[in-house]
Amino acid sequence: MDTTYILLQQYWWFLVSLLGALLVFLMFVQGGQTLIYTLGKTEDERTLIINCLGHKWEFTFTTLVTFGGAFFASFPLFYSTSFGGAYWVWMAILLFFVVQAVSYEFRSKANNLLGKKTYEWFLILNGLFGTVLVGTAVGTFFTGSMFSVSQEKIANLGGNMTISQWEGPAYGLEAVLNPINVALGLAVFFLARILGMLYIMNSIDNDRILARAKKQLLYNTIPFLVFFLFFTVCIMLKNGFGFSVEDAGNSKAIIRDDLPYKYFNNFIQMPVVAALFLIGVVGVLWGIGSTLFVRSIYTRGIWFAGVGTVLTVLALLLNAGWNGTAYYPSTSDLQSSLTIYNSSSSKFTLTAMSVVSLFIPFVLAYIACMWRLINRKKLVLNDIQTESHIY
Amino acid sequence: MLDNLFLSSVVEWSRLQFALTAMFHWIFVPFTLGITFMIAIMETIYVKTGNEFWKKTVKFWMTIFGINFAVGIATGLILEFEFGTNWSNYSWFVGDIFGAPLAIEGILAFFMETTFVAVMFFGWNKVGRKTHLTASWLTAFGANLSALWILVANGWMQNPVGMEFNPDTARNEMNNFWEVLFNPTAITKFFHTVTSGYVLAAIVVIGISAWFLLRGRELLFAKKSILVASVFGLLSSAVLIFTGDSSAHNVAHTQPMKLAAMEGLYKGQEGTGFSMFGIPTPGKKYGDDKDAFVFNLEFPKLLSFLGYRNFNAFVPGIDDLMKGGFKEEDGSIAISVEEKIRRGRAAIEAYKEYSEAKKKGNEVVAEDAKARLFNNFKYYGYGYFNDPSGIIPNVPLCYYSFRIMVWLGFLFVFIFVLSLWIVLKKNGNFQKWILYLSILSVPLVYIASQAGWVVAEMGRQPWTIQDLLPTIAAVSRIDSSSVMITFFLFLILFTILLIADIKILFTQIRKGPKISNESV
Repeated sequence: MDTTYILLQQYWWFLVSLLGALLVFLMFVQGGQTLIYTLGKTEDERTLIINCLGHKWEFTFTTLVTFGGAFFASFPLFYSTSFGGAYWVWMAILLFFVVQAVSYEFRSKANNLLGKKTYEWFLILNGLFGTVLVGTAVGTFFTGSMFSVSQEKIANLGGNMTISQWEGPAYGLEAVLNPINVALGLAVFFLARILGMLYIMNSIDNDRILARAKKQLLYNTIPFLVFFLFFTVCIMLKNGFGFSVEDAGNSKAIIRDDLPYKYFNNFIQMPVVAALFLIGVVGVLWGIGSTLFVRSIYTRGIWFAGVGTVLTVLALLLNAGWNGTAYYPSTSDLQSSLTIYNSSSSKFTLTAMSVVSLFIPFVLAYIACMWRLINRKKLVLNDIQTESHIY
Repeated sequence: MLDNLFLSSVVEWSRLQFALTAMFHWIFVPFTLGITFMIAIMETIYVKTGNEFWKKTVKFWMTIFGINFAVGIATGLILEFEFGTNWSNYSWFVGDIFGAPLAIEGILAFFMETTFVAVMFFGWNKVGRKTHLTASWLTAFGANLSALWILVANGWMQNPVGMEFNPDTARNEMNNFWEVLFNPTAITKFFHTVTSGYVLAAIVVIGISAWFLLRGRELLFAKKSILVASVFGLLSSAVLIFTGDSSAHNVAHTQPMKLAAMEGLYKGQEGTGFSMFGIPTPGKKYGDDKDAFVFNLEFPKLLSFLGYRNFNAFVPGIDDLMKGGFKEEDGSIAISVEEKIRRGRAAIEAYKEYSEAKKKGNEVVAEDAKARLFNNFKYYGYGYFNDPSGIIPNVPLCYYSFRIMVWLGFLFVFIFVLSLWIVLKKNGNFQKWILYLSILSVPLVYIASQAGWVVAEMGRQPWTIQDLLPTIAAVSRIDSSSVMITFFLFLILFTILLIADIKILFTQIRKGPKISNESV
């Protein structure tokens, strides 16, 4: 047993989980996009909201790209299996992100072919389907997918040479038939809207928009709590996919799908992860509650809810991959399920990548520094007249 | 049989989809690579002189950059994920090496570009001049740093180094990061590709400025922009030509079939000439008696020199590479493609035996199979072919694309020299034909830029990884109809976005920077 290799595999699962958690937090941009007509009643108000979110859209996009790249580098078998198999889910996600990228830049430009409204609807569609589909896809980490993996197939000359292949005809779309997956998808959608509202409240100085956001916050919190609780209770009570913890590092460990209360037990056996989860949930609720129940307009809720979101999602993803858990289970061929030990890159590559990862705090530091500089002053309606670059 | 039918269809649609995405992506990226540096240069002049003229000039080019930037990002996202969606075997077989540059690109380059581009666009009234200038330079460095990592990945596909096959995991694993990073193919490719982007951006700036001069508008802005662009373009062209030469030298050693296809060279000889211009015989196939060219104007012995730094060196043609028997540079005798296929099959069979022996716990058989696998691994990818001629790329496409790229490249050098000479001359005036030529060069530079990638990628066919993994063994197992649908979806979407992008650009250009012709 190579303990250094095991540590590297666990470290990279942590980093990928952290990137995933940051991505879900940054989806406040998507959530905010679905609110442009709800919170903005005039053309100027909508432009103000879109510009407020538009200052950050590239970060969500870049985090998504980096998340993909990091997953590819650290767990290439997941990249090969999930992207190459759940083709339609990932293609749909990509399509809805493509239309987002251009919509910000094109929306307010003269002669933009499709008209302002079309680009606004592109933003709404990205906000709706981008979040729901990503959440649904992540739901399969707990419920399983229909695929098989056989490395030897690459030598199957004249026959089927594909190492990882999907075993269902819907190429991933069947994930929407599982209520647990859908519940997570919808929870992510409503959470993104909540974060979007809190972000807008923290970044815009406009009483009317703030008042509308506060009202909407309640309407979105209720479905969020329903779907999130449903998802959490379901996965805590269901049987899980995993292997004996003694088999850590063994890429040929026998996978089982009948481990009772697996994900609940993961929290019990990893109390720090459980604590992160609980602190995260409290943070999200505190962010929402402090905004809802303080009499005057409280605008700092995004800080609590944002940190809370990162911690909650991080804890959930760590739960899915650590402690002898198969993070991408196969319901078609159980032994094809992916674990952090059978799907990771080599020790050499993980080591090289780990050296590169030492730059991450530096990257986060300059991002924070530049965000502070740009966001020092809240946006007001007048800004959309005076700014030289307007979305 | 059925599997072969499935493969040919899904491989072709997947190749088409990847080519479509890459080509659309490459419409937008090269401009970003170059214009960000020119903006940073112009802004440096603004900060040094404090002259508002340069600030307005910078803002105009930033607007053009911003419109272009968004579509580049969007298409780039799809490209990254298409490695997984359409090439799942590839993602596992080489993901251990290929994934790392993509992840590093995200961590080190994309965030830098994204963070500082936000300061560039929204920071004018929020940060000091020097901070803004720093952000502009870092945006340019970020964009080019991202190009470095993706081109390291691409260079590795052309010339796989720094790795070893692991039969226990059925994949290639990195064993030398520095060899991957400093792969000569990758380094040459990086400098050649980014400088081609600089040339493209410089030509676009000159073309747009020429339009203003023709209309008699924004004269000072146009001339100053031409000055910056022609100097930048000329310096970039020097590096471009130098790295183009290095590329030819590199390709001769690592991808001789690509070089032969680029030259339409079937029968090799000592002291081979470089085809300046020619018409390859339509329908010419390997093994037939047709002449290679209907017409061919050669520069004597130049190809031998470009490829091997020796005017009398032997350059193998397609026939030679297929049949073998010629003397390689190291003195060995080249083997035929049929022999490579045989050895490739032996490697694949040995891998199979190794896997089975390992499952049964028969270490002696496993070790023997492993030895045979490694003895033949150099030709592993050839084992997937039945027909030796399947390894020949599309010759006319490579031949014409290469010449389009090279000759247009020299036209752009001519435009840079001419433009620079005129703007530096006292009372120098652009004649109308120069302005029209400059405007015409804008579509031409995009054609040249695309042609360069056609040579690089079509010349590598049928390999995804040179000699190791052909496209037929790299593809995902999905319905070809699914890929066909997404291909057309992307085609329609990208076309609409391109039209919108061009319409917006034209409108913004027509608006102009609105600078009075004050002195600078």
